[in-house]
Amino acid sequence: MSTEILVEVEHVARDYGDRRVLRDIHFSLRRGEVLGFLGPNGAGKTTTMQILSGNLAPSEGRVRIAGHDLLDEPRAAKSALGYLAETPPLYRDLTVDEYLDYCAALNRLPRREQKPAREAAKRKCGLEEAGGRLIANLSKGYQQRVGIAQAIIHLPSLVILDEPTVGLDPIQIREIRALIRDLGREHSVILSTHVLPEVQTVCDRVLIVHEGELVLDETIERLDRHMKTASITVAFHTPPATGEIERLPGVTAVQPERDGRLRILHEADANPTAAIVQLASERGWGLYEIRPGRLSLEQLFVELTTEREPSAGDDGRGPAP
Amino acid sequence: MIFTIAWREFRSLFLSPLAWAILAVLQLILGILFFYILIVVYGPNQDKYALMEGWPGATLIILPNFLTLAAFLLLLVVPLLTMRLISEERRAKTLTLLFSAPISMTEIVLGKYLGVMLFLLLVLALVALMPLSLLLGGRIDLGVVFAGLFGLALTLASFAAVGLFISTLTQHPTVAAIASFGALLCFWLLDVSVQGTGLVAYLSLFNHYQPFLQGVFDTADAAYHLLLIVTFLTLSVRRLDADRLGIA
Repeated sequence: MSTEILVEVEHVARDYGDRRVLRDIHFSLRRGEVLGFLGPNGAGKTTTMQILSGNLAPSEGRVRIAGHDLLDEPRAAKSALGYLAETPPLYRDLTVDEYLDYCAALNRLPRREQKPAREAAKRKCGLEEAGGRLIANLSKGYQQRVGIAQAIIHLPSLVILDEPTVGLDPIQIREIRALIRDLGREHSVILSTHVLPEVQTVCDRVLIVHEGELVLDETIERLDRHMKTASITVAFHTPPATGEIERLPGVTAVQPERDGRLRILHEADANPTAAIVQLASERGWGLYEIRPGRLSLEQLFVELTTEREPSAGDDGRGPAP
Repeated sequence: MIFTIAWREFRSLFLSPLAWAILAVLQLILGILFFYILIVVYGPNQDKYALMEGWPGATLIILPNFLTLAAFLLLLVVPLLTMRLISEERRAKTLTLLFSAPISMTEIVLGKYLGVMLFLLLVLALVALMPLSLLLGGRIDLGVVFAGLFGLALTLASFAAVGLFISTLTQHPTVAAIASFGALLCFWLLDVSVQGTGLVAYLSLFNHYQPFLQGVFDTADAAYHLLLIVTFLTLSVRRLDADRLGIA
């Protein structure tokens, strides 16, 4: 991964009529980075992907791809991107080869480069055998692969995939994920999804959007560390009053869980594990389990997307504050 | 780039039976009409015509009748060809492929338009075969024939431009077909209400087609068609742009 900035998104907003569905989305993407774009259904993921791919114009703000503004220099910006929409844009009455040749021509590849480009894209997506088949007759997994092949045929620096694994079976999902990881070696990838493990296995960085706003922008590494160290789970045979643990330095809260375990939240830089073990043995609490309470991405996601107050000046749908 | 899209559009017409069916039915009906004009209308009166003073010649009897009917028939057919142009892509969500490729809206619209025009030129060639077949048995006024065919080509080009624009308005091909058919018929009929005078009559497609059939090439008529085509193609580009801007 280089430090070169490939995509800059500056304060993008989008209205549909009076309704503002995206507000102030801003982030940047380095060359070779795989970015996960996460959010519940209707959060504005697809709208963002459509704006990034030039299918929708932003109402405010701007998008620069490889240094070219998407609205001012659409041709230069669009040659640097490949886009797979939620519904793959496939012509069902063409064969895979015919279709990919057409896509190569649309992306202005010179004629003599079209065939090698088509073969390379097919190889990457595991479509070598499918070249002569009609797209309409392919299974959904293969159609998805054709969709991805279409997005990478001109070797764009940026590949945008909108929910590429929806509706696939578990084996196909694994294959597509492996493919996306491979793509990450040569291209920058923006991957929109609501499947959380996908982000954890594939992405370098994750953005979470909720109701059209960016609520998190963090690298997976830091997120992992953060999630691992923010809490510990302990179990005692004779649990003490929660107050005794709360008094320990660094501990911010103690939450009893349903199965009798205690979840201890603490500050990231002050881990009270040693102190708890020591106290437990001194006072005979009968400690039989202690482990770092991994807050899963899922929990984080749920926290970020459900516990937020609806912001004032919303689109008028939210309850009055 | 325009040609890439045009060629793909032209070929895709032949991937479904629609194009073949249209060509076959059109040729059959035009054949019957031509036969009718030739044998029933012209044939029995042939001797009478020949004695007339200032006899305009067989071509001017047969051709205007035939090409008027052909144009009317094609008015019904062109909407069927243009209906899917944009609406089908919008419905199947394949428009994103074109929108995210490094091509402009103008190129998309011109490509689509040219694709249909290629097909209509093929239709025109088949239509032309019938009057030209008279060459087998006699002499005809080729000037009148080609002026007429040129007029028909311009008229078809206008039909296609209107059809293309209406196809950008909806995502249902059938709606596009019906609406284009209605619009074209109105363009055609504008004349009837006012008996050939005034601005309304001037807007009628029919009035700018007839002179060609008499062998008259008037630049004003050609300009009318070109303006109509440019107007509707521009509207189509604007419409697709508005799509992207999200103005419903």
